[in-house]
Amino acid sequence: MLQKGDTAPDFELNATPDQKIKLKDFKGKNVILAFYPADWSPVCSDQMALYNEMLKYFNKYDAQIFGVSVDSVWCHLAFEENRKLHFPLLADFEPKGAISKAYGVYDDEVGESKRALFVIDKEGKIAWSYLSPVAVNPGADGILDALEELSKK
Amino acid sequence: MSTLKPEINSVDHIQGDDAASIAIVEFGDYQCPYCGDAYPIMKEIEETFGHQIRFVFRHFPLANAHEFAFPAAIAAEAAGLQGKFWEMHDALYENQYRLNGELFDELAETIGLDLEQFQQDSAAEEIKRKIEDDFDSGVRSGVNGTPSFYVNGTKFDGGASDLYQMLKESAE
Repeated sequence: MLQKGDTAPDFELNATPDQKIKLKDFKGKNVILAFYPADWSPVCSDQMALYNEMLKYFNKYDAQIFGVSVDSVWCHLAFEENRKLHFPLLADFEPKGAISKAYGVYDDEVGESKRALFVIDKEGKIAWSYLSPVAVNPGADGILDALEELSKK
Repeated sequence: MSTLKPEINSVDHIQGDDAASIAIVEFGDYQCPYCGDAYPIMKEIEETFGHQIRFVFRHFPLANAHEFAFPAAIAAEAAGLQGKFWEMHDALYENQYRLNGELFDELAETIGLDLEQFQQDSAAEEIKRKIEDDFDSGVRSGVNGTPSFYVNGTKFDGGASDLYQMLKESAE
């Protein structure tokens, strides 16, 4: 798993069937990546619902959050609509889990991303990362602490 | 291990004895079904352990997921300005199954509030801010869903019935 100080690997992933998100387009902004095992599963749903309530906090720290799982764009769309999520979910779908692997948070045995958080600074360096037990929702206090630390620089 | 930030203080709604040895803080949402399930168990905990328990409720409304969560928190705080926070808190959970925008005035009358004052207070900025401060405190304390419980300042890893079980075992 990539750690503080590592360069965040660039990626280009679909957020919707016709919209791709490139990490490098977000240079100059802080980026939060929340890798999670699967749409619809109980813990993930709560975790994403929590981040959904926190967008204005992230905004305050000039940070954009993306959820990342191996689900397809269509699955993400249905999940976003059902849970009224207001931030993009990226599909690490083809080749499956390639970005999760690049960040060192892919679980080969179950074929899903692990539950991991990354805060990437405005220069594209990883400022903080955290691997949570799969069944535990990691909350958001760690993300906020990392963003606060960055804002002091 | 996540800890409660800030600690219990004078702006909190507190039930029970100041001298109680166990302080329980719940972060809850009035529309959240799991919080609704936790409500009678919390009552049971308070009854069973009596003076040993001090109970604090902080708001953690998931406003995007639950459209009445924030208005319900406002109703509780507005009732609080007339000294009836807990009456409204109880009424909201007891009527959670029929929670909607028209319920608040009805409950306000049932628990005997000055309705005009209640409606006026419900629009107050300071009440909104109090709820946002509670939410902020939850986020800082590592709340990851509702309900989340803190026992003597440390996050409790489990729901209300786990909490009851734990208290029962530690009392034995």
